Amino acid sequence: MRAALAGDGRAYRALLEALTPRLRAIVARALARAGASNADLEDVVQETLLAIHLKRHTWDPSAPLAPWVQAIARNKTIDALRRRGRRIEVDVADFAEILPSAPDRDPTEGGDVERLLGELGERQRDIVRSIGVEERSVRETADRLGMSEGAVRVALHRGLKTLADLYRRSAT
Amino acid sequence: MKTDDLIAALSADAATLEPPLDRAALRFLAFGALVAALLFVTLLGPRHDWRLAIETVHYPLKFVPTALLAVGGVGALLRLARPDGRIGLWGAVLALAVAVLLAAVAVELAMVPSSDWLRLAIGHNAPHCLALIPFLSIAPLAAAVLAARHGASTRPRLTGLVAGLAAAGIGATLYAMNCDDDSPLFVVLWYPLGIAVVAGLGAWAGRRFLVW
Repeated sequence: MRAALAGDGRAYRALLEALTPRLRAIVARALARAGASNADLEDVVQETLLAIHLKRHTWDPSAPLAPWVQAIARNKTIDALRRRGRRIEVDVADFAEILPSAPDRDPTEGGDVERLLGELGERQRDIVRSIGVEERSVRETADRLGMSEGAVRVALHRGLKTLADLYRRSAT
Repeated sequence: MKTDDLIAALSADAATLEPPLDRAALRFLAFGALVAALLFVTLLGPRHDWRLAIETVHYPLKFVPTALLAVGGVGALLRLARPDGRIGLWGAVLALAVAVLLAAVAVELAMVPSSDWLRLAIGHNAPHCLALIPFLSIAPLAAAVLAARHGASTRPRLTGLVAGLAAAGIGATLYAMNCDDDSPLFVVLWYPLGIAVVAGLGAWAGRRFLVW
């Protein structure tokens, strides 16, 4: 994390990848404790990753990283549970016969972020997708969209911030 | 979107790092305190006989609990603004502010004949005190809430309340320079009412603005 805070993108990526399985475990435990199903697990993990990213300046480099990560994950799980509390849940088993069988979904696929991406401006959505899903570099994305690299960076950052805002607003 | 894809997008954004919490927060708070101090100097100013008053026991004593409230409040706020933050020893500083004031009250009650208690407690600045402490705390409160917003509190209402205490500590310290009711009996009766207004506002603002 220290290298990541110094702006080392590769170290940062490695850190987030290493944190993700631990986040899954923390979130799964918190969901289980609340007696909730694991259906939203990956959504909560993704929301937590986004929060870790946007709030990483609140980690005190002289303190251990784990409690900080845990506090964010737990907080985001509670947000998600609150959000879900406002939705009516029906047991899918009751409708098993009339529902078409669900297509096999990648378990690391998040539904929330996809839905919220749809609410971003077209440009920001393009950029987040291009760099995330299509694994293009900032430069390739800039070339493809006819923008400067700096403008792509700014739009990416704004897009991620807006995503976090959308999560929050869907929680209230 | 897959989690790996999200991580790719996040790490492409690695360079946009906001300033560390403590530094940014202290900058906000210093600015808020400066605005309050400027308002104080232009609209109120210290009481005219402050040079004499500073030689007494009562006048300087007023600043001990208010300064402790400001310091303890700011310290606790910086802690609570982090997701994993705990108040820790700063809670003891806040408790010390209360203890010092109560000790001063006890001494005053012992030294002054009981026929004077009511006169000293009522003073002649009570409405001023009730209005001016919140007034002088507005800019510090806005600054404290902005500072906490830069952080990420997992307890927004408590953090807002502590932001209110920190702001009221600054506001009350400034107001105490102007007020000529110096008896601890006056301070213990009226200051907490003004401070409570600010703390309540802070708690409300916390629920409203410190959710992330």
